[in-house]
Amino acid sequence: MSTKPSILPKDAAAAEGKVNVQINGTWYRFPKGTRIADACNSVGAHVPCFCYHPKLSVVGSCRMCLVEQGMPPRLAPGATPTYGEDGYQPISWMPRAIIACANTVAENMGIRTTGKLTEEARRGVLEFLLTNHPLDCPICDQAGECKLQEYTTDYGRGTHRFTENKTKKGKNLSIGPRVNLDQERCVLCRRCVRFMKEVVGEDVLGVVGRGTHNAIACYPGTRLDSNYSMNVVDLCPVGAMTSKDFRFKMRVWFLKSTPTIDVNCGTGTNINIWTREQQVYRITPRQNDEVNSCWMPDDHRLNYKFINAPERLTTPLIKTDAGAEQRPTTWDAALNVVVEQLHRMAPAETAIVASARMTNEELYMVRALARQLGITKIDVVPRKGVNDGMLVSEDRNPNTNGAKLVLGKTGNGLATIRRGVRNGSIRFVISLGEDLTSEEAGFTPEDLAGLDYLLAVHHTENATTKAADVVLPSVTFAEKYGTMINVTGRIQRLNKAIEPIGDSRSDWAIFRELSERLGCDCVRVIACPSPMMVLEEMAQEFAPMKGLTWGNIGNAGKVIIETGVTIPLIERSKAKN
Amino acid sequence: MSETPNAIDAITAAKPSPGEQHFPKFAVTDNLVEAAQKLVARYPEGKEQSAVLPIIHMVQEKFGYICPEAMPWIAEMCKSTPIHVAGIVTFYPGIHTMCPGKYHFRVCRTIACSLSGGEELIPYICQKIGVNPADMSDEEPMLVSADGLWSVEPVECLANCGFGPNIMLNETLYSQVTTKTIDELIAKYSK
Repeated sequence: MSTKPSILPKDAAAAEGKVNVQINGTWYRFPKGTRIADACNSVGAHVPCFCYHPKLSVVGSCRMCLVEQGMPPRLAPGATPTYGEDGYQPISWMPRAIIACANTVAENMGIRTTGKLTEEARRGVLEFLLTNHPLDCPICDQAGECKLQEYTTDYGRGTHRFTENKTKKGKNLSIGPRVNLDQERCVLCRRCVRFMKEVVGEDVLGVVGRGTHNAIACYPGTRLDSNYSMNVVDLCPVGAMTSKDFRFKMRVWFLKSTPTIDVNCGTGTNINIWTREQQVYRITPRQNDEVNSCWMPDDHRLNYKFINAPERLTTPLIKTDAGAEQRPTTWDAALNVVVEQLHRMAPAETAIVASARMTNEELYMVRALARQLGITKIDVVPRKGVNDGMLVSEDRNPNTNGAKLVLGKTGNGLATIRRGVRNGSIRFVISLGEDLTSEEAGFTPEDLAGLDYLLAVHHTENATTKAADVVLPSVTFAEKYGTMINVTGRIQRLNKAIEPIGDSRSDWAIFRELSERLGCDCVRVIACPSPMMVLEEMAQEFAPMKGLTWGNIGNAGKVIIETGVTIPLIERSKAKN
Repeated sequence: MSETPNAIDAITAAKPSPGEQHFPKFAVTDNLVEAAQKLVARYPEGKEQSAVLPIIHMVQEKFGYICPEAMPWIAEMCKSTPIHVAGIVTFYPGIHTMCPGKYHFRVCRTIACSLSGGEELIPYICQKIGVNPADMSDEEPMLVSADGLWSVEPVECLANCGFGPNIMLNETLYSQVTTKTIDELIAKYSK
């Protein structure tokens, strides 16, 4: 006879506040209150869902997540439970399936996500969902990332028994400035309705009609025009909600997604950039419960057009004579000219205007360059906006904290530089990644025209590059690796999604090259082969970065500075749980 | 732009009916607001939205149906949104989005009444009040006579299955109805 465990599994689990659940024959332990769907998915037993989304309330309307469930038999009065050799009570299986999203785990529960009962349940649900579905996958944008398509191939019947007429509903309805609705493709999961109500708090979407005429709609005269409206496109498991920006642009299976971060504000929303052949097609949010949950604002999402714009600078440009036109040249020639010119400058009369849109690694290289040249007047351009109470921070620079860390105190230097330019004490300006004539920087075209020398490093043509004596083409956030520190003090990674456009080069590499050509002999600067190594150099110098490597930052980032700043949407969702 | 409203505009598209002449036109008056506020006050603070259905009933009783202009007003009264009200209005068949006649026949078409003769009553009433049963639409299954006095609507169970066929004329239930009963009723109220 085998010995029974000295302590029953149920008591061991209860001591940890957990329960034992058998999933497909294996016992696992989950915290009390875990949803069956989450429990199953966390151990690799996939449960298909349409309506269930971990960040939204549960409605249990799609019935796709039906699983077979069992519990120990209910005891007769006075009877004591019997335990098997493994210490568990026998499970008696229920004859009907239950939905995994609306039910939570319980002690000694058994779940089967495979088998005849669940297979039949899923097949039945899909058959009903497809009765009125237009089956227009060949012209549907969602094809390739459509849950209905995936589940139908995984669990569906493959053939139709429905010979009656399909219900006709609204197609290609413009329900907002950025979103289109196709009511026929809809599976009525109501994720979009719940998102607008629960997360955004603008209750503009609803369900009208009854039975087969049920459809998502907004009230005539109201529009889905929130700055978070495009999240419903991501949420929609089928092709009912489509992005006007991405419609018919590219099949999703041709796209490569690169995890990176948004650089439009200090929140540093985690995103995926979807690219094909060096062309960016769309940006979608990437889940990070500490930064942006699963959402992102529309204006940030759509701000990618500049990456592949014709205004991009693709070759270095130099003015050979004062007043002459800018002419394209090679990197070698341009850098030689720049080095020669920088050598002639008086450091006291030179200023560097850098950007808090640069990565930490780039700023580190800028500092090395400034030290090499002996320049002390250096600052970044601040950018303030309005905090929208959701994800958009009032700091519209993505890396203000990084600039503070690397360059030291920032903020007052820019006014001094402006004054110096106007009173003639600064005659040479190096503009890095900024347009000096922008409202935030505050220089006028006359200020720039009055300079003896202007070097501009930027990815796109602007008033500053047009006025510059030498222009070095750099890259956008989609073309480089690097790290940035967001408003909450979290360091996050940028990943390269496409190769630099044309002959442009990463900013850090430009600054490294310049420092080297200017005679920098610091091995730690000039020998750096990649931004990852720059980061490791920085980790040795800056206390908050101690021990950081590219690898251990991870895709979720790491808090390295206490700033006391919080992200309103994240605080709200934490308070809810 | 196409002539037919799209699926969204159709929610508030006007459905003209001759019945409108027998009901007052929807207008927001102090009395109406007061009545609505009374209904809202029945529910705890923060749950004002619960009053949507009672207000809809009140509006339908007074004006015969829920006209497009009423929906945003109802939403405003109970801190809801027009789309939520529209969702409820379009969900329940008992809530009309088209004005019925002054005298409204509800004919049960559930199985018990249908078998005991209810099925023939609908075409009979249609013929009596001068409408074509084929004109009945799926979205608003109701037909109104040209003079706006009569209307007919097939409905589900009237909860009196033992005594079918059942019909309701406005709020009065009639059981074991025959064509003769219909004749009598029409004759009685046509005066």
